[in-house]
Amino acid sequence: MREIKLQAVTEAVKKAVIEVNYHLDNSLVGLIQKAKREEKGTLARSILKDILDNQAIAREGNLPLCQDTGMVVVFVEMGHATWISGDLEAAINQGVREGYAEGYLRKSVVAHPFNRVNTQDNTPAVIHYAIKPGDGFKLKIATKGAGSENMSLVRMLTPAHGIDGVRDLILDTVKQAGGKACPPIILGIGLGGNLEKSALLAKEALLRELDDVNPDPDLAELEARWLEDVNKLDVGPMGVGGTTTCLAVKINTYPMHIASLPVGINIQCHSARHTEVTL
Amino acid sequence: MIRLKTPVSVETVRTLKAGEKVLLSGTVYTARDQAHIRLQNETHLPFDLEGAAIYYVGPTPERPGFVIGSSGPTSAYRMDGLAVPLIRRGVRIMIGKGDRSPAFIEALKTLDAVYLMATGGAGALLAACIKSKKVVLYEDLGTEAVHALEVEDFPCYVAYDVHGGNLFKD
Repeated sequence: MREIKLQAVTEAVKKAVIEVNYHLDNSLVGLIQKAKREEKGTLARSILKDILDNQAIAREGNLPLCQDTGMVVVFVEMGHATWISGDLEAAINQGVREGYAEGYLRKSVVAHPFNRVNTQDNTPAVIHYAIKPGDGFKLKIATKGAGSENMSLVRMLTPAHGIDGVRDLILDTVKQAGGKACPPIILGIGLGGNLEKSALLAKEALLRELDDVNPDPDLAELEARWLEDVNKLDVGPMGVGGTTTCLAVKINTYPMHIASLPVGINIQCHSARHTEVTL
Repeated sequence: MIRLKTPVSVETVRTLKAGEKVLLSGTVYTARDQAHIRLQNETHLPFDLEGAAIYYVGPTPERPGFVIGSSGPTSAYRMDGLAVPLIRRGVRIMIGKGDRSPAFIEALKTLDAVYLMATGGAGALLAACIKSKKVVLYEDLGTEAVHALEVEDFPCYVAYDVHGGNLFKD
């Protein structure tokens, strides 16, 4: 059995939330640069330039990429042969608390749906746990803004809807979101499971590496095809029109009931802030 | 490229066309969801709404020595219903991101006001154009309080003008 120290968890979370809010992933920057070269519209290009200039300023370390520094989402993958002495949830939230204070990040979490009182330290995080074989311990950490999260959804389609039904739902969702989701977006699509599983699949799809290849060749092909379809919508950067609506589509699936085709669509804005830490 | 200084007149607002880039200078007031809800019931305000610009923003905390933290626009549609009464009281410019409701767009036409879009997610870039910040109302709301910002060449794009022009593809 390998002990995972709670202090190490707190430190990892703290470091991660600061890091992702100041440094946009290099492969994402590369995709935006490529989009700017290929985009035809003057206005669309001007907005992509703003986004690129912005990340260069944020990288210097004084100003976060975006004022919405997000609510923290953590996926914990804990090996069966590891152990923790104490409260893992509290250790994660302590990392959030310290990171948001030391990193000068905005505290965007309120405690209650109606009284809207701010918790003042951006806690609690939304935490998901999985127990895996072995003695590994991994944290997947994202800080997710509300602009794109508010435009996301779960829809319970039926088997007869098929591939075209899912595609139509995706296109309609992206169109409805328009500039509000801060395009160019990344799409996390969860297909299967049930209501909550499809949402989780969609969120986990967003945490994949941008340049990874789906191990299922049919899904890999679908990701490429739907990316092309979404980019024909003419939503464009911040909704002003253009060919750069979406930078990547990631699909994760799970078996489902014979009567169901659950679809989770999680939209990620261009400021995709997430990382992985192994302890 | 058009340079504008607040407060703005009705005549100036009418000259703006959707798609134009604007560099805005002068005082801009911040207000988001909670401030808008409270402003509905205020009869006396410590600042003048005539010709005023309202920016939908909740900045990150500033580091020592900095005027403000990251300060990009929030999604404007959440303020659609709450903004129209403020336009009736003289607000001429609103700044945010994303498209808005048909009723809001109609109100811009009949009441002579414009909606400008700033680049969403460009909070670090936009913060550089903000020269000072002070709280004028609802300090308890923290980042959501009403602040008076002095801005200089703050870059935005005319999204909806008073003539029905629309920057967005919808």
